[in-house]
Amino acid sequence: MADLLITNARPYGEDAVDLLVRDGVVTDIGAGLDRPSGVEVLDADGAVLLPGFVDLHTHLREPGGEESETVETGSRAAARGGYTAVFAMPNTDPVADTAVVVEHVWRRGEEVGLVDVHPVGAVTVGLEGAKMAELGTMAKSRARVRMFSDDGRCVHDPVLMRRALEYASALGVVIAQHAEDHRLTVGAQAHEGVVASRLGLAGWPATAEETIVARDCALAREAGAALHVCHVSSLRTVEVLRAAKAQGVRVSAEVTPHHLLLTDAALTSYDPVNKVNPPLRTGADTKAMRAALAEGVIDVVGTDHAPHAAQYKDTEWAAAKPGMLGLETALSVVVHTMVEPGLLDWRGVARVLSERPAEIAGLPDQGRPIGEGEPATFALVDPDAVWTVRGSALQSKASNTPFEGMRLPAAVTATVLRGRVTMKNGEVQA
Amino acid sequence: MKHLLSVTDLDAAAATGLLDTADRLKQALLGREVRKLPTLRGRTVITMFYENSTRTRVSFEVAGKWMSADTVNVSASGSSVGKGESLRDTALTLSAVGADCVIVRHPASGAAHRLAGWVDRDAEQTGTHTSIVNAGDGTHEHPTQALLDAATLRDRLGGIAGRRIGIVGDVLHSRVARSNVFLLATLGAEVVLVAPPTLLPVGVEQWPCRVSPDLDAELPALDAVMMLRVQAERMHGAFFPSAREYAIGYGLSDDRARLLPGHAVVMHPGPMVRGMEISPAVADSPASTILAQVSNGVHVRMAVLYHLLAGAPE
Repeated sequence: MADLLITNARPYGEDAVDLLVRDGVVTDIGAGLDRPSGVEVLDADGAVLLPGFVDLHTHLREPGGEESETVETGSRAAARGGYTAVFAMPNTDPVADTAVVVEHVWRRGEEVGLVDVHPVGAVTVGLEGAKMAELGTMAKSRARVRMFSDDGRCVHDPVLMRRALEYASALGVVIAQHAEDHRLTVGAQAHEGVVASRLGLAGWPATAEETIVARDCALAREAGAALHVCHVSSLRTVEVLRAAKAQGVRVSAEVTPHHLLLTDAALTSYDPVNKVNPPLRTGADTKAMRAALAEGVIDVVGTDHAPHAAQYKDTEWAAAKPGMLGLETALSVVVHTMVEPGLLDWRGVARVLSERPAEIAGLPDQGRPIGEGEPATFALVDPDAVWTVRGSALQSKASNTPFEGMRLPAAVTATVLRGRVTMKNGEVQA
Repeated sequence: MKHLLSVTDLDAAAATGLLDTADRLKQALLGREVRKLPTLRGRTVITMFYENSTRTRVSFEVAGKWMSADTVNVSASGSSVGKGESLRDTALTLSAVGADCVIVRHPASGAAHRLAGWVDRDAEQTGTHTSIVNAGDGTHEHPTQALLDAATLRDRLGGIAGRRIGIVGDVLHSRVARSNVFLLATLGAEVVLVAPPTLLPVGVEQWPCRVSPDLDAELPALDAVMMLRVQAERMHGAFFPSAREYAIGYGLSDDRARLLPGHAVVMHPGPMVRGMEISPAVADSPASTILAQVSNGVHVRMAVLYHLLAGAPE
């Protein structure tokens, strides 16, 4: 909670104003505000001011995967990318299926203090899909877990998924499903289509995602529970979501930046930097993802930030771990795929990167409107910047970005968490 | 030509050039008591096989030796791979040892492409160059197999352009099928794939060939039919109900072989399961080119090594 004067910022890309922050809360907004003595000044230089981004899907790898990322390095990457809250997925080692592990991740996030780290709890013990984990204990722990997922694995057993949804509804928490019928994707390496057929890569059919989403929407409808669908990748799934929402099912959905931009055409080099689960699909799918995000059938952008140390990617395709970095390139990819073609304006960007994610997760102090009395939790964006992505120059410990060498528009110039500047001019603050 | 990774890297001229060189090498060795050409003397050729193979590995070794190269065979078991050494480190080690050419067979599709990338990046620093030959990468490609099949077709049919070639069997899992479809299309042949729908890849309708479920209807118009082995493991994947039903629907039985025109040839990359995809009598008939394919394989592989290590012929 800090004091700050932000000058010459344009909320949602509209008219430039100054914002005075006291104790982490915006007290005054207006043109040419006086600078009280001793208050730090952040000159936005005409940048677009948005509510700080909230990522419902991040892998921080700690505990157990620290060679790829830690809570600290992941927090630095988040701050660099304009994120003020991240939801850390539980596929760690040990799995985050008990209060002990989620409290550890929560405490580490607090200690680093650059971004609000919200641990996601596992739905099933060990992510094995057999026995429900202690959702209630995790929800009531100091980590205050609001979202549960077996991400990486699908909660496959329909009975268990139904019970988890029913149980979750009483706790007021969300079950987030990694939708993949594993029996249809045994040995799968790439989107099942003509590219994979030519490359000799076993296919991951879109139906493996679509059928689980359809099933889960029906189960959520019956349980009156909230369902969140992770990383939608197929246009077929969009159709299922549209129908479910029309029926009043409480389902929300996310799309990753890479599924807005990249297709399986990238696979011909066999470079595993492009290997991800769910896989990159076709141009028709990316087009459908963009339209669905603009329309709101897909609610949010979730990065599925998945860092991997070099030894996990510098291999033959089949041996590489799936996953791509995302926190530091998300905003630019959203601008490139959604703002530049006119599918979203800056208020739309605020909605998909901040407001809707905070709403889905039930975060009271993030994704708020920009106004007096609201938390000073912001991302400042230079819409005219152009930059070249270099994995080795990113804050993340790992370098596995599929956008390596690409020139992307827009850059986050500062990130503010309750009045405290966590990142400024590309430098993450200590 | 730096590497041979995929038949799609060869245009018609390059592919024909390789086949012509193979013919010339075959002629050069004819009648010689000492079957050796000095062309690749002092060159080091290493075969690195992560999958079992007799046919292909021996064929490459003989090809290298007949060209006077120093050949070394490495198989994954018994090497440092068992100690957890990565594919990349193994390749760079062989390159550092002084290999001019590494011939690799690996169960992962794209393995040869990745190897070529690593040795090329390494070459930027060391200045020495290693050529990679793909001897089979997962279910992706087996370029020298397609080349020797094309050489055999040229011999027996007098040419490839305009000829109708049928490929029958487990296309989904076959690197031989992929390499053949794309090379034969480049060389101007008409290819038809015949298989149960479960053994055809999603997206095959966009390949440069036709697809048909009816072998009996296709056979009378073919100049050549290439039979693919069906692996025993596929029985458990619900790809077809039983070996018997597969053989009845897609096996080249004696009756079926009679549907072929008189001049047509029967091919098989081997190893074959007699009685499953091909009847013993058909495999041993005059129409069968199975053994000719093997012997053409040596000359074709000599030609590949020649083009990679000694440059194109004038």
